[in-house]
Amino acid sequence: MMDQPSILELVDAVRAFLEQHAMPELKGRTAFHARVAANALGIVSRELKLGARLADEERERLTQLLRQEGTLDELNRELCRRIREGALGLETPGLKEHLSAVTRGKVEVDQPHYSGLRQSAS
Amino acid sequence: MTPDFFPALQKALTTAIPGLMALEGATRLSGGASQETWSFDAVTGSRREPLILRRSPGGAPRVLGEYSTSVPLETEAAVIETVRKAGGAAPRVRYVLQEADAVGQGYVMDRLEGETIARKILRDAEFHDVRPKLARQCGEVLARIHSVDPAPVRALLPVIDGLTQLRRYRDTYDAYNYPHPMFELAFKWLEPRMSRASRQALVHGDFRHGNLLISPKGVEAALDWELTHIGDPLEDIGWICTNSWRFGQAEKVVGGFGDLEDLLAGYQAAGGARFEIDEVRTWIVYGSLKWGVMCMSMYQGFLRDGSVERAAIGRRSSETEIDLVNLIIHGKL
Repeated sequence: MMDQPSILELVDAVRAFLEQHAMPELKGRTAFHARVAANALGIVSRELKLGARLADEERERLTQLLRQEGTLDELNRELCRRIREGALGLETPGLKEHLSAVTRGKVEVDQPHYSGLRQSAS
Repeated sequence: MTPDFFPALQKALTTAIPGLMALEGATRLSGGASQETWSFDAVTGSRREPLILRRSPGGAPRVLGEYSTSVPLETEAAVIETVRKAGGAAPRVRYVLQEADAVGQGYVMDRLEGETIARKILRDAEFHDVRPKLARQCGEVLARIHSVDPAPVRALLPVIDGLTQLRRYRDTYDAYNYPHPMFELAFKWLEPRMSRASRQALVHGDFRHGNLLISPKGVEAALDWELTHIGDPLEDIGWICTNSWRFGQAEKVVGGFGDLEDLLAGYQAAGGARFEIDEVRTWIVYGSLKWGVMCMSMYQGFLRDGSVERAAIGRRSSETEIDLVNLIIHGKL
């Protein structure tokens, strides 16, 4: 077991340092890139919080949908192959729900304020 | 500081701008990897003419990449002039650089008044009154571009129909070898719909915020014709309606400022064809998918240069996936 602080606490501390202390001292392109870096740490933070649960739910749905076991990478590649070959489509029970849920999860990690996420919920 | 090539530029412009005495106020505007853009004034006697120079970086020839459909700067200038002479919203080209000028490849055009930054157009008070009119005006502007007889420039332009574009992005996506089931579904959904498209017109190819010059009076011009080609006119309509260009104003389908119905009405009123919402949807789906694959390309760029900016854009492909979910699965625009 690692010692405290947790990686989540570390990431959030570095992000707060960038936003509250480093960025006000920076100018131009460097200030812009510091903001991008802070936002990237936001993704890391959210993935640390949500990633494991989202991955479990995704794997469970994929196992049902494809009726086979595998890693997330293997299952996603298989899903892609079946969609491409036409074996699975919009009419397949559960596919729409899966794609909708998995995509919502990704955007909640990557860009939780993205307008498309609001749209998909309304 | 005046850039070192400006004396040569001034010499090159002496015939095109009679009485030219000096070039002043040279400012480098935000430039892409494929061109430099300079703002400057030509001083002639008592007058100052506001001008723009678009030039290949350092004056070298434009690099035409494997997946790029960029046209050479000379072609860009020829298309802009063809559009303007036909009454389209494009700036007047004043001079196309020649090899003997030793300034590189590029051209000089009039600098028109207006704003290209989406955040300002969508939020600043000075655009408040014109904002509700912009969607219709975009329709009118596009109808005029698409009705231009491309004969004078036809031989210079690539013909890229929907299916060809779709295959190009499919190949790019396949080459990255990372599974995106929602992109797979979008490719599958688009194939039969794209193959029905057989319209051919002169299209701008990158009709969106950043390339639209907008003043408090309205849409002044379409800029940056680097990706112009002969193709389906719906490509331009779908691209400005892609959610990535709405900057958070998702309910305003056209560029975050207006409704698609207004754009289509303006398009028809200016002599364009009548398009159905679902035909446009096909091209919005294409726009989202295209931007999604471009985000994947950013990750490939990050692998080469380690840029945090490219890395962050790589993670934006999920935005386009939720847009595709909304468009294809939920039937929203």
